[in-house]
Amino acid sequence: MIPAEVFLTFILVLTIFLGFELINKVPATLHTPLMSGANAISGITVVGAIGLAGNGQQDLANWLGAGAVALATINVVGGYMVTDRMLAMFKKKGS
Amino acid sequence: MLDSAIQYAYIVSAALFIFGLKQLGSPATARRGNMLSAVAMLVAIIAALLDQGIVEYQWILIGFAIGAVIGAAAARLVEMTSMPEMVALFNGSGGMASLLVGWAAISPGAGTFTLVTIVLSILIGGLTFTGSLIAYGKLSEKLGSGAVMFKGQQVVNSLIVLGIIAAATMFCMEPANPQWLYLVIGLALVFGVMAVIPIGGADMPVVISLLNSYSGLAACAAGFAVSNNILIVAGALVGASGIILTQIMCKAMNRSLSNVLFSGFGSVSTETSVVEGEIKPISVDDAYYVLEAASNVVIVPGYGMAVAQAQHVVKELQELLEENGAEVNYGIHPVAGRMPGHMNVLLAEADVPYDQLLEMDEINPRMESVDVCIVIGANDVVNPAARENESSPIYGMPVINVDQARTVFVLKRSMASGFAGIENPLFYKDNTRMLFGDAKESIGGLVREFS
Repeated sequence: MIPAEVFLTFILVLTIFLGFELINKVPATLHTPLMSGANAISGITVVGAIGLAGNGQQDLANWLGAGAVALATINVVGGYMVTDRMLAMFKKKGS
Repeated sequence: MLDSAIQYAYIVSAALFIFGLKQLGSPATARRGNMLSAVAMLVAIIAALLDQGIVEYQWILIGFAIGAVIGAAAARLVEMTSMPEMVALFNGSGGMASLLVGWAAISPGAGTFTLVTIVLSILIGGLTFTGSLIAYGKLSEKLGSGAVMFKGQQVVNSLIVLGIIAAATMFCMEPANPQWLYLVIGLALVFGVMAVIPIGGADMPVVISLLNSYSGLAACAAGFAVSNNILIVAGALVGASGIILTQIMCKAMNRSLSNVLFSGFGSVSTETSVVEGEIKPISVDDAYYVLEAASNVVIVPGYGMAVAQAQHVVKELQELLEENGAEVNYGIHPVAGRMPGHMNVLLAEADVPYDQLLEMDEINPRMESVDVCIVIGANDVVNPAARENESSPIYGMPVINVDQARTVFVLKRSMASGFAGIENPLFYKDNTRMLFGDAKESIGGLVREFS
């Protein structure tokens, strides 16, 4: 039986290569929206925090999880909104 | 059954994230790409909420509400000139969230692999948090933006690193003893501060990119700690994106990452050469006559344009020049400003079309046919010493060759030199004219002359 860590590490390595390929092609004009968009994506921690915040134990893990939900939601909501606000301003000549 | 449905939803979410990032690669589709990425996040969150391990929802909802209010308010209220500070703060909150998740994932039955990933998420998350707060302080000028160096800094930092390694090892061996955990958290927080204070304001594009990468890697480590695929995928994508931006920024400054991180810029400034020539100031009136006759104008903005909030009046000047029959382009250096792409966002805010913003490699070959080059609040990124003077600390850094234009106007507050006190021979060239004063007022003056 192969331990689960191996699969997780497998995913990690492939994703990093994929990430390099994807981001390499982003033009300099879009670097700031790319960063704030990446900021929003790093709010994915919220998914890990949800289970902890809802464990119903009223223990330390519960409170830490709730705090993490709040912090990561700032990233998700703020990140996507501000990226959209920026991208709405990018216009081609004549349009 | 439900469990595998959740996992399949995560796969959909990962595919959407990847597709969204791909679309973010072109200005025409970027907005849709960002939307797709937001949908991906929504799918992942809904899937996570369906998990049967969740017995009560009120704390989750309270967390959502608090985060959403703060995030939405910040996103709506922030000025475009303050984007670097905002991104720094977001990096910090992402880091802290991962620290908390790592901490909460500690359970009595955790194996060594899980413990190691918990330590990593706490470490990376913690140093991202305090590092980002310091970066925020420097960017918003609440702290001095200069490099803070002191004697024995290297020794102190090495001790902290050793302390972290020791405490982390002890934690993995005795997870039940909370004092090792607290030590790891404390040292990670201190290390974040120590890592960013020696880095000066002009190196901020590198630091922000790097912290951006760390916030992703922290999410990734947290994903290992709670065995969640989607955290690993999304975190690794962010990590990779941050590392690439960091590399681009370093290359644009012709410096290695370790040079940026470990040696405040000031310390390498050993320049001895004397600049020859004299400074030739020009009045707004005279500048207007030169511009009126110009048929090819290039504007090179820098951090000074952001400080003076001059982007809108620059756009006005551009329109007047175009009405006058001139071709106007912008030359954007990759590290102009305080974060990657900073100038592009400011000019986009002022409605400058993005196809008029040319990258350094595009603008340099055309420079010789340019009649007037207007440098607004940029200094080191247009310094010809980078090409000509081997003893200059920035020798070898790719710069925009504004000195090759027929006439160069440099808009500057005063004769104070750039962040590292490097002399700029551009100011003394025969074809350079200095337009002293606040950039916004000077350009406003030109606009009034035209209309």
